[in-house]
Amino acid sequence: MATYNTSEFKGGLKIMMDNDPCSIVENEFVRPGKGPAFSRVKYRNLKTGRVIDRTFKSGETVEAADVMETEMAYLYNDGEFWHFMDETTYEQVSADAVAVGESSKWLKEQDKCTVMLWNGSPLSVAAANFVELTITDTDPGLKGDTSGGGGKPATLETGAVVRVPLFVQIGEVIKVDTRTGEYSARVKN
Amino acid sequence: MLSNAASCDINLDSFSAQRASNAEQRLYLQTSPEFAMKRLLAAGSGSIYQIAKSFRQGESGRFHNPEFTLLEWYRVGFSMTDLIAEVIELLMQCFGRNLGVYTLSYAQLFQQKTAINPHNTTLEELIAYAAAQGNPEAASICGNSLSNALDYIFSQYIQPNLKSNIVYFIIDYPVCMAMLAKLSDQQPICAKRFEVYFNNIELANGYEELTDVKQQQARFEAELEQRKNSNATVVPMDGNLLSALASGLPECSGVALGLDRLLMLISGAQSIDEVLSFPVHRA
Repeated sequence: MATYNTSEFKGGLKIMMDNDPCSIVENEFVRPGKGPAFSRVKYRNLKTGRVIDRTFKSGETVEAADVMETEMAYLYNDGEFWHFMDETTYEQVSADAVAVGESSKWLKEQDKCTVMLWNGSPLSVAAANFVELTITDTDPGLKGDTSGGGGKPATLETGAVVRVPLFVQIGEVIKVDTRTGEYSARVKN
Repeated sequence: MLSNAASCDINLDSFSAQRASNAEQRLYLQTSPEFAMKRLLAAGSGSIYQIAKSFRQGESGRFHNPEFTLLEWYRVGFSMTDLIAEVIELLMQCFGRNLGVYTLSYAQLFQQKTAINPHNTTLEELIAYAAAQGNPEAASICGNSLSNALDYIFSQYIQPNLKSNIVYFIIDYPVCMAMLAKLSDQQPICAKRFEVYFNNIELANGYEELTDVKQQQARFEAELEQRKNSNATVVPMDGNLLSALASGLPECSGVALGLDRLLMLISGAQSIDEVLSFPVHRA
């Protein structure tokens, strides 16, 4: 089984802690005064998202977590699971609501997204930074208003609701930044 | 820099090399120039200073590089208080401005934060404190050493809370952390050792130097014993240093100041790599 020594610790390294896969956020080597060397580590539990602080004795080893990020296409949702496919191997995986989380509102069939796999099963799903989605519902804007001051809510084909400028109408395709959940631009057809 | 002997301190790992490719004998790179400088002092050098490369195995991080530079100096006839005044003067010259300075005893600072008296505590009490703070792993990090536990608690819970832009002189260490310092005569007996912290960086460590050869030899032997018990490499004790102490080390105080860290503080560098030409990963 692969292990990592504290001297190999760095941001992004995937390790197993308390039987959960975790990602190191920060690692600092500490050698107090003339005392014992240790590492002060912040790591994120990839299942719960919680960030935990802990210290490790210098030279201590921890088990590596078999975690990798793969680009996959979103296929469909069967009501319980979201299904994804690796477009090079055609291998399919299904993720539950916990793994998909907030990303579900940005997932459109055939769109590419990043799936983090742990021992082959999905741990989390990240939509692309920008997605293009059609507006299915929004109040009609005022005629002649092109500045978009203020804005209005619009419902997208995936069910997500974002604020859009007043001139944007039902049926139009817009680009959304999934990291902030904000409208970015109108997409010309 | 290369010596027949090494520091016995279990927390200092010397780099060692074979004397010749076909020889059994090993030589050790200095972890600080202290032993060699004390031999010079005993030989009558008078007050001396040195800017010396020093080497410590396994130390690598934002504030550590296995090869680093110490400014170390000894003042014959100086007490610890005299030397602290000189360190303050030097720092103000280096920074080119007046600096706020706090001088606090180790016990004052330790008690303020933890309500534990470091001169009168046990390993169990310290480990329990760390566990209550969410670090039960302190038990395995500190092993069975009281001084390790004091150091761990200091660096985890006390040092990060020191105010920024203030130079802290922490003085009067518990006896178990005396290293090469003289002990005080009054109660509570403490070590005449000081450390300097500035903006969360440990900058210097100084002693009113222990001149008693018997006490020094006893401390080295205790350190070697600890090495044996922890399955650490047993290294040769510095007999030349002990001979020098036996022949008479003048009353003096000395301090080692991390020059790379001083440069970091002056230049505002965030990592020691920024002030080194070739940090270890590019060495």
